Amino acid sequence: MTTRVLVPSGVLGLGFDREALARGVAMAPDIICIDGGSTDSGPFSLGAGQSKYSRAATKSEWRSLMQARAELGVPLVIGTAGTCGTDATVDWMFDITAELATELGQSLTVVRVYSDQPADRVATAHAAGQVTPLTPAPDFALDGLTNIVALAGVEQIQTALALGADIVIAGRTTDTATIAALPLARGDAAGPAWHGAKIAECGALCSTNPTSGVIMVDFDDTGFTVQPLAEGAFCTPHSVSAHMLYENSDPFCLHEPGGYLDVTGARYTALDARRVRVEGSKWVPAPYTVKLEGARIAGYQTTILAVLRNAHYVENAQAWVDRLTGFLHAEIATRMGLSQVDYDLQFRLMGVDATLGALENRQGSPVEVGVLGIVTARGQAQASEIGKLINPFVLHYPLTDDEELPTFAFPFSPATTDRGALYEFALNHVMALDDPMSAFRLTKTKVTP
Amino acid sequence: MTLGDLVLKVRSKNAGPFWVTIDIFCDRADVFDRLSAQLRTADVAALYGVPPEGLKRFDIPDLRVIKFSLPRPVVQGSVHDRDMHGAQYAALLEELNLD
Repeated sequence: MTTRVLVPSGVLGLGFDREALARGVAMAPDIICIDGGSTDSGPFSLGAGQSKYSRAATKSEWRSLMQARAELGVPLVIGTAGTCGTDATVDWMFDITAELATELGQSLTVVRVYSDQPADRVATAHAAGQVTPLTPAPDFALDGLTNIVALAGVEQIQTALALGADIVIAGRTTDTATIAALPLARGDAAGPAWHGAKIAECGALCSTNPTSGVIMVDFDDTGFTVQPLAEGAFCTPHSVSAHMLYENSDPFCLHEPGGYLDVTGARYTALDARRVRVEGSKWVPAPYTVKLEGARIAGYQTTILAVLRNAHYVENAQAWVDRLTGFLHAEIATRMGLSQVDYDLQFRLMGVDATLGALENRQGSPVEVGVLGIVTARGQAQASEIGKLINPFVLHYPLTDDEELPTFAFPFSPATTDRGALYEFALNHVMALDDPMSAFRLTKTKVTP
Repeated sequence: MTLGDLVLKVRSKNAGPFWVTIDIFCDRADVFDRLSAQLRTADVAALYGVPPEGLKRFDIPDLRVIKFSLPRPVVQGSVHDRDMHGAQYAALLEELNLD
């Protein structure tokens, strides 16, 4: 059987070509799948359980997709809803869906797939030897984790579809799972199903016009065919095969729940200028494991930014910062009674090595140097207090004792900015499951206008 | 001559929060062959401050790509991370002197 999957873009919230979407709808796909997130923008979203994309952008794009779905009468699936795929962001996405159902006059069956993992479930699994670290993994510790999610595979999406879902709003899933679910449920070849899903998961990034968004994949018994739908976008054997490199540490192997994809034997053939046919990818079954992600609060931050423009200070920026840092540690100890284990103080020299730090191997002669001070402490009040304490010295501290007090450029008043919680990723582990559904919760809701 | 002068593009990106992956795209087979032979894994590891055995290397003639994956020198988003998406790590390899 052939299964036609429409992928409007690499992520909801980033925009897509509406004309290309209309072209996709006219081609009668069997399902519309879109990703809702990833870890790529850092631990904040998972830690706080919030979407990084604006509600307005999300709603506007979701409206188009809900209209496309209604026109076609096929399921619409979003994975990793709300950037991080926590229960909270699944419900956030559900609220947007319910609002749109009212505005559009749609009656819908919505199935939510929840991926949150209670800490005690993970602890029990760990005690039973069911949790295995990947490389490199932080020490296994669940204390203080604000959210833990497991990455669902195709089984959880297939179960949601089997419940008669018009719309599936899934929590954390692998990037590929939503796209591979229906082809696999209908018996299309497993290797190509996962491979095609990986190729399409970033939308048109597998084409010659990466920002155009919309991609169509046809899956069948022996392979898959991929094509971009925007005017002037093309898939070539090179653009498609090169996509296995993207954000992937191994370009030939992709681990998923229940096995791995091996594309070593994949053959890429141009059908015409726009379409590429891929055959020969293999799916290798393995015990069912789901990857875990977790985040915790690692501290609270206050930042300060000063700009050095005076040539003498620009030239001696590192020496100035070293001297300033030593002085500030002493001041913080004297005035606040804190030792250096209680907080972290960094100055990053923008224009010198702010991006690469100790790995930087080039030197230049910048016109000016931005000095980004970052205070991390155990609470926001303390970080803020340290920020206020260091503020006058960041403004006026001299390079040597026998020179006039300088005054640097502060772009802001107040000079300091409280950033709130700093989250850190805390897990890089997989959890074995006897039953793929045992770590996931599904709810089915009738939504009416 | 730097590596960047020779090739089409060097890009880097996170591969999950704990890895960064760097792709060197060559536009010609002879460039790929030359670089594949000349580029020493130990030199690349040194650029990123990791032991050579910590680096995964893939030389892919079909794509004319050499790919390196390494555990991130600093975990993404942790207090000392300076580049959330890992996309600027590529600059070090791009500027590697090949003379």
